[in-house]
Amino acid sequence: MDLTPAPAPEAAPPLGLLAELTHRCPLHCGYCSNPLELIEREKELSTEQWTRVFTQARDIGVLQVHLSGGEPLARPDLPELVSHVSGLGAYVNLVTSGLGLTEARLADLADRGLDHVQLSVQGATAERADLLAGARAHHHKITAAALVRARGLPLTVNAVLHRGNHDQLAGLIELAEAMGADRLELANTQYYGWALRNRAALMPTPEQLAAAEPVVRAAIERLKGTMEIVYVLADYYEPYPKPCMHGWGALQLTVAPDGTVLPCPAASAITTLTLDNVKDTPLGDIWYKSGSFNAYRGEEWMPDLCRSCDRRALDHGGCRCQAFLLTGDAAATDPVCSKSDRRGVVDLLLATPGAAPPEMVMRGPRPVAAVHR
Amino acid sequence: MDRPVLGRGVRLIYDKTRQTHVVLHPEGVLVPNRTAVSVLELCDGVTTVPGIAEALGATYAGVREEEVGAVLTRLTENGVVRWT
Repeated sequence: MDLTPAPAPEAAPPLGLLAELTHRCPLHCGYCSNPLELIEREKELSTEQWTRVFTQARDIGVLQVHLSGGEPLARPDLPELVSHVSGLGAYVNLVTSGLGLTEARLADLADRGLDHVQLSVQGATAERADLLAGARAHHHKITAAALVRARGLPLTVNAVLHRGNHDQLAGLIELAEAMGADRLELANTQYYGWALRNRAALMPTPEQLAAAEPVVRAAIERLKGTMEIVYVLADYYEPYPKPCMHGWGALQLTVAPDGTVLPCPAASAITTLTLDNVKDTPLGDIWYKSGSFNAYRGEEWMPDLCRSCDRRALDHGGCRCQAFLLTGDAAATDPVCSKSDRRGVVDLLLATPGAAPPEMVMRGPRPVAAVHR
Repeated sequence: MDRPVLGRGVRLIYDKTRQTHVVLHPEGVLVPNRTAVSVLELCDGVTTVPGIAEALGATYAGVREEEVGAVLTRLTENGVVRWT
């Protein structure tokens, strides 16, 4: 009998690290994709632990570090972390709500090597945006964009689209132009974490999606060479699944505020997955050897439907988190795929919204907080 | 507008892990070939295209200005290079 364990699928060095420095955030967006149960401040990695994570990440080949959250500016040690990552030679991207970004803080971060800022916006007008963010946030974002521009750093504006703001799509494009963005991401909501519980309220209507298409196409054409526009298609509506993470454990890894290492930002949803923590295991061992990162690498794990499909190299069988959330089996074909015998689950959800969607439940620190709201 | 320079937020570094030069930019990472690396290293916002061809000619035989121009066109299209 051959007792040699099966070799792990070939893995290349990771390119990117999404560092969720904290789950604390001044906004309460109903589309938040962070888990229902947020990690508390006391459980966040220390400055020293984060710097060790970044050093290990660079050692195994990470070239881009996205400092995210929550709101990364909530960490007082952010400047120190930016210095450290930049010193390692990696590209430093700050993913922020813009709240708390002052001229002095930005100047300091830029001097320390910050390369790029990604700023979120919730709506085209202050009234709508503040309603959707659950905070008086919009005017801070206008200021933040102006500061980034004045400093000469590249700026990406990111807007998550859903039923409650699709009507402001043209306005969002104008806003990003006025902000002087180099790039605009218009991303239809993906239903993970808090967003999943608000799915019925967030799901755009077919009419909204049909109206968006020519608006986006015209803007892409008009702004060629000035502002790049990336449009992320609406989840569930497409006949084939999204190429999630460009393959499980293929390009990027996520470290949660408490040091848990995730193959995808939403992977804590897969309760059958045993996740490792940087406090116990070096990042390189987790990337190359862990059960969680090897679980859906390559094609061996795929059901026959995917393994024999011409699209397997394009979409990798779709999203593992979505497969788990909608079918209970993380190794199933993503049920968004029209070839899946469980596509009916998705079609049923698309048929359900109706004329009056339920109220959006604003993001709170814990699910219980929203229930009592 | 005849002097190429790296685009806003674009950096060229050598990556020890992959033992190759890489271009880091807001949207991701590109791996330029050897010719592109040689050209990018001379994109300082001061040197013109003929100047780059001449500088490369000192190291490599038979560098033509049109070849340098073609490389720069591709790099401009994907946002790695802009012009001053």
